[in-house]
Amino acid sequence: MKSLSVNEKLALNKYELDEGHPHIVVHQAVCEAECKIRACLFVCPANVYSEQEGKIVADWAGCLECGTCTVACPPQALHWEYPRGSFGIIYRQG
Amino acid sequence: MSEEKLDVIVVGAGVAGCSAALLLARAGLQVALIERGPYPGSKNLSGGVLYGRVLHQIIPDFWEQAPVERFITNQVVTFLTEDSSISLDYKTEAFSQPPYNAFSVLRAKFDRWLGDQAEAAGALLVPGIKVDRLIVDGEKVIGIAAGEEEMFADVVIAADGANSFLAQQAGLRSRLPEEHVAVGIKEVIALPQDVIENRFRLNGNEGCAFNIVGSATQGIAGGGFLYTNRDSISVGLVIQLADLIERQIKVTEVFDHFLQHPFIDSLIKGGKMMEYGAHLVPEGGLRMMPRLFMDGMLVIGDAAGLTINNGFWVRGMDLAIGSAIAAAEAVIRAHESRDFSEQSLALYHQKLSESFVMADLQTYARAPHFMQNPRLFNVYPQVLRDIFLGIYEQSARPNQHLMTIARRAVQQNDLSLLDLLKDLWNGARAL
Repeated sequence: MKSLSVNEKLALNKYELDEGHPHIVVHQAVCEAECKIRACLFVCPANVYSEQEGKIVADWAGCLECGTCTVACPPQALHWEYPRGSFGIIYRQG
Repeated sequence: MSEEKLDVIVVGAGVAGCSAALLLARAGLQVALIERGPYPGSKNLSGGVLYGRVLHQIIPDFWEQAPVERFITNQVVTFLTEDSSISLDYKTEAFSQPPYNAFSVLRAKFDRWLGDQAEAAGALLVPGIKVDRLIVDGEKVIGIAAGEEEMFADVVIAADGANSFLAQQAGLRSRLPEEHVAVGIKEVIALPQDVIENRFRLNGNEGCAFNIVGSATQGIAGGGFLYTNRDSISVGLVIQLADLIERQIKVTEVFDHFLQHPFIDSLIKGGKMMEYGAHLVPEGGLRMMPRLFMDGMLVIGDAAGLTINNGFWVRGMDLAIGSAIAAAEAVIRAHESRDFSEQSLALYHQKLSESFVMADLQTYARAPHFMQNPRLFNVYPQVLRDIFLGIYEQSARPNQHLMTIARRAVQQNDLSLLDLLKDLWNGARAL
């Protein structure tokens, strides 16, 4: 089967985007001080995290809300909470 | 939200939360079932089938009305290497009769139905509300806060899933360690019903479920799964996070590699990808179980770490329902005695300990450790491949006895006899 990119896969999902209310905030200072391996760049199934000019950026709109990054990243590196009620990923299959 | 005090607030409308709310409402208690998604199931994802006997106890013959996909009559364990697959394929008519054994379900449909049952029993379903925090009075949980609003109850049941921020806030559990969780990734792929039935040799509503070990994960601890829905296939990987972090491999690439394996590709080809999801899987078993109760609060389902994976099957939903039954019994008793203290709610732990839930967690207490054995993913699939190649390949050279083939396969893969014996012994004890 032709394989889709992660972005193409996410585009087939249903999301209710909560514009202006990011549910993930990256604390760069903690990342720089405590994280060498940048686990967020490879553990996230939705490729939410990327490195841009040496900083970790979270493209939170495509987040699948699994929470893997909250376990993999150093404590305090992320402020991560579920999106507000009714927002975020909305599974139609599950 | 009302200012009045309820009997119970259940946070999270997955199978655990919906089941608990259903049972409590049936007993006449005033229950609110709060769900952060727009409907129950909208945030939920499973990577395994539903073993139905427990749900049958609380909703007899549920399969006649519930949106189940297929009843599973065929369970397969497959070892993958880069170029081969070896399967243990078990199919039985015994699983094709009510009450059946297991069902494939799609959670967005199934949990929504279960939420409807809770509502019909009298529970107040409140979707679209994210609970931000517990309201605590001294040492006692007395309610929940969502944004500006507050809601109070005698008991709060945390059924808020693998991440359970509520159990963390209550101090029942610390931050999840990476050794105890896995990341599950899944695609749901649409295929016409007749294609599925022909491809998997199924009659009518029969279904099959695969557990897949080996190069599925490129040697990372974990495994794959695939099961048939009515007109789609759920296919995914569950990857142990600690090992993934150690290897520093991109999980999305591991997943693509899995989907492109000829064995998997042959099962999903021609299908149309419909939905891509991910979910955290609590895999620590008893070792990661948080404290399950305190003054005014209980923890059930994935939030309590209730899953078991023994390589042959993965279970979570039936354990979640089992924990909901135990929790409901404890809360109903506490309601009668008007005592919601930790001592009173300890009945939950006792009921859970007397049930199949704790019994099975004890039986498979060694399974999480065994399932981290790297030889399971790196060595044994290759050994099996070499044995079967030796059996079936007819070269121009003389054939060897099975014993010789096996010995050579063991040697070729640098497997020591001691390790083999140790793994057989540990496997027999763990599984």
